[in-house]
Amino acid sequence: MLKEFTCIVCPNGCDVTAEFEGTEIRRIEGAACARGEEYVRQELTAPRRTIASSVAVLGGTLPLASVRTTAAIPKDKIFRVMEEVKKVTLQAPVFSGQVVIRDVLSLGSDIVATKNVPECEK
Amino acid sequence: METFDRTREVEGIREIEETDEIEKMQEIDVLVVGGGPAGLAAAVKLYEKGITSVLIVEREKTMGGILRQCIHDGFGLTRFKETLSGPEYAQRFIDAVEELHIPYITNAAVTEITEDKVVTVVTRGGIRKWRARAVILTMGCRERTRGVLGIPGERPTGVFTAGVAQAYINLYNRMPGKEVVILGSGDIGMIMARRMTLEGAHVQAVFEILPIPSGLPRNIQQCLNDYDIPLYLSHTVTEITGKSRLESVTVSEVDESLKPIPGTEKVYPCDTLILSVGLIPENELSLDASVVLDGRTKGAVVDENFQTSQEGIFAAGNVLHVHDLVDFVSMEAEKLAEGAARYVCDGKLQACRIPVTADENINHTIPQKVSGTQDVKLAMRVRKQFKDVTIVVRQNGETIASRKMKKAIPAEMIQIPVKAERMKRDGALEVCVEC
Repeated sequence: MLKEFTCIVCPNGCDVTAEFEGTEIRRIEGAACARGEEYVRQELTAPRRTIASSVAVLGGTLPLASVRTTAAIPKDKIFRVMEEVKKVTLQAPVFSGQVVIRDVLSLGSDIVATKNVPECEK
Repeated sequence: METFDRTREVEGIREIEETDEIEKMQEIDVLVVGGGPAGLAAAVKLYEKGITSVLIVEREKTMGGILRQCIHDGFGLTRFKETLSGPEYAQRFIDAVEELHIPYITNAAVTEITEDKVVTVVTRGGIRKWRARAVILTMGCRERTRGVLGIPGERPTGVFTAGVAQAYINLYNRMPGKEVVILGSGDIGMIMARRMTLEGAHVQAVFEILPIPSGLPRNIQQCLNDYDIPLYLSHTVTEITGKSRLESVTVSEVDESLKPIPGTEKVYPCDTLILSVGLIPENELSLDASVVLDGRTKGAVVDENFQTSQEGIFAAGNVLHVHDLVDFVSMEAEKLAEGAARYVCDGKLQACRIPVTADENINHTIPQKVSGTQDVKLAMRVRKQFKDVTIVVRQNGETIASRKMKKAIPAEMIQIPVKAERMKRDGALEVCVEC
């Protein structure tokens, strides 16, 4: 079977064509780099995505701290992970890089803060 | 006073009216207008080049510009060789600014720049003026709104530009709505389609008036296809209905001249309409300083040092031309800083008399003028989609640079380096698309 993919690894967004039978890949063409081939391989077997969201912060200069996954998670677990993210409330100060949830749902990815939120001066 | 009228909403204006005290004008080498990815990168590079009499003026509470609300990842792959979220990308530059102790003021709005580079700033402490040897314009861009499109219908709440919706969700923790229709396939619109879906809204569809998407292909995949959000090309919103809150939008197909086709109307009940219909460089201050703008980019006409028509006034980033990636914004600003540093040291820059022209398939090129004495990188956008093309740069009939592309799309900014040794001192550089 032939299928066209748009690689999402980088902004180049290569059009990649893959010829495959079930999960066995015969040929991959069109990717400008090896990561594109790897991406298509993953799409055909077990697609994964990174996600970004926010968590509530108490006592901070901002009401929210942005967060993201540190590794791609299975695509079909995105909404489950979002539910976990929504349960979290942090106390200011929050630091960019701070682990918010370690190994979320045992998927091999942490949720980390991506923004500094200093404590609000009273 | 005119400056007061124009800045009435600026936070802190009351204090100024109370003190009614205008400080004495200060001298400075470089004043940077805007602390986003362009301004921060320019200031850091200036410091690295030994120019330390620098001030960044930022109108928001904190620096970082639009990146503060762009919490998705994918930034920095070119500049830092890793994928970062917007806030993380901005923080890299903010950290550098802090480490180098580069002066900045936030909550401060520049209200006027004169031709002789006197900059008026409304700060929380009062109105202040600087006379700068060089001014760097890095104000970024604004979103086009419903008013620009002239969509007929009522004027209910629930119609937001994508950036405003993004600020509500990512900065203020407010959800703009539940049943969403998106008009325009710009990148921010698609990113908001995904963001709102993740936050529990139902995004019915994205409608694009053009026959091709205006955002990047990877965003169509990861923001729309991944969440089964359909993208309808050659469709637009032709009616907005709702008394107080938006109740529905009417969508029509359009013909080749982008005119709605009667009889194709379809009503989509919704409470939210997100507009992602283009960005315009924010150049009101540039116009004050008599900077000449390019009708195609809506940004300044610049030379290879990113100097505008006004000597000592420079522009880079989205205020100059709308970029696809922030990495290129920062890198352009860094290139600008090299030129601005030389200008501050030497009091002048090399004359740039060679115009850069383009054929009808190219929308614009940056810079618009070069000297022919130093390597340049021409940035451009094509007007329509091309497959298997070569973009060629010619001078006096001779090809001096080219780039082969499997695919060239308007959504992507294309860059072509041109070596100094290939350029003659006269004769326009002509950029054309060869199929």
